[in-house]
Amino acid sequence: MALIEAKNLSKSFGTIRAVSNVSLSVERGEVIGFLGPNGAGKSTTMKLLAGYLQPDQGSARIAGFDVSESPVEAKSRLGYSPEGAPAYGEMTVKEFLDFAATLRGLKDVTTRVQETLALCRLSDVAGQSVDTLSKGYRMRVGFAQAVIHDPEVLILDEPTDGLDPNQKHEVRRILASMAERKAVIVSTHLLEEVEALCTRVILISRGEIRCDETPKSLLARFPGKRMDEIFRHLTT
Amino acid sequence: MKSSVTLRLNPMRAFRAILAREFLGYFRTPLAYVFLAVFNAFAVSLAFFVGSFYESGIANLDRFFIYHPWLWAFLAPAAGARLWAEERRQGTLELLLTWPVTVWQAALGKFIAAWLFLATALAMSLPMVLTVSWLGKPDLGTIACGYLGSLLCGGACLGIAAVCSALTRSQVIAFVTGFLACFILVIVGYGVLDNLLSGILPTQYVSNVARIGLWRNLEPFTLGILGIQPLTYFISVALAGLGLSTLMIERR
Repeated sequence: MALIEAKNLSKSFGTIRAVSNVSLSVERGEVIGFLGPNGAGKSTTMKLLAGYLQPDQGSARIAGFDVSESPVEAKSRLGYSPEGAPAYGEMTVKEFLDFAATLRGLKDVTTRVQETLALCRLSDVAGQSVDTLSKGYRMRVGFAQAVIHDPEVLILDEPTDGLDPNQKHEVRRILASMAERKAVIVSTHLLEEVEALCTRVILISRGEIRCDETPKSLLARFPGKRMDEIFRHLTT
Repeated sequence: MKSSVTLRLNPMRAFRAILAREFLGYFRTPLAYVFLAVFNAFAVSLAFFVGSFYESGIANLDRFFIYHPWLWAFLAPAAGARLWAEERRQGTLELLLTWPVTVWQAALGKFIAAWLFLATALAMSLPMVLTVSWLGKPDLGTIACGYLGSLLCGGACLGIAAVCSALTRSQVIAFVTGFLACFILVIVGYGVLDNLLSGILPTQYVSNVARIGLWRNLEPFTLGILGIQPLTYFISVALAGLGLSTLMIERR
């Protein structure tokens, strides 16, 4: 069974068709690099998959649960970090993760928060309020709330945006360490990230899927071209 | 492989967590202390200086409660502005609604937390009761009834504020629109507007319009009368506000 499944998802805002007939399917162990220019519909697709937006047409399933029909079951199996990794700024990192873990219904909140703080290297700033953190730490807080319940499905919207090269490496390391047990979708603008981390590339432009294949076969289709040249070719 | 973390989804637990976070959230910013100070400073000074509370020589609190619709019209939107607008601005609405909680759990937790906060402000004025008890022999039942009425009146204003907060991502806009809406309900039923309306409308309509005013509904409480009509009025405005704002967030 596919852990993430979208069938003919469409969503319009007014007259703008943000997502058009998007279908995709992600199995356990896959890491999908979700690519596309700004405004292509990446974030909207992720919001539809996470159940934040309702599609005009089509449906999305997380671990077999329809996001619109059984939202609580679907959401409890999903870790989602929206673009910009929002968090309650006035809370400390620990309070925020405690809150997330409680709403997630975790049984042993204290232990799990400690584990997650350690996993995401946040223990040093656990007592600091989120507002006072640097961008790198903030992004990790967003990541931490998404993995605190060790979900089967992870959807991360630009988790490495604004990070320095070391921090990017760190996020990739954590992601890679848990990827084989999960189905992951990561949106990104960093093409080298795709080659380093992803088992499959889904490229979206003007709300439609342009390609859905392994990085290897994509590169093989355009011999002698680099990833950024292929990206430009497919999206303009 | 199954996830290694045990889940215990319990609606009450999530509700309590949201309630606690929201209530304590007020005290994380200076807003709470400003709010509590302003509420009590105005509540007491209006009663003493404008309402001639002391000179009236009567040991009751109706001169104190008479200004409460004004206070709530201003301060309930101040406390309620952050309910949804702040979630929108910070982008946390997207987190909250993709966690396994329902919109209703979140909305109810937020609303009750804000109402409890208003109740805290009101509770701080309890020394007024000691003052009148020391000066005379007030009817404590009547005073309790007045406090109940005031709290319900605050809840009705909060319902309006919740709707205004669900409309926007700006707390300022939420506050201003909330204040205007409540302000209309305050001036309805005051002499000035009645006179103005009776120039345009037949008399029976004027008195019908006055019935939707806040003071007209609070007054019986301050006299110690627990009427069905004002009770229903306040509770239905509060619930309608809560329901409407929740639907608006659900249909975002």
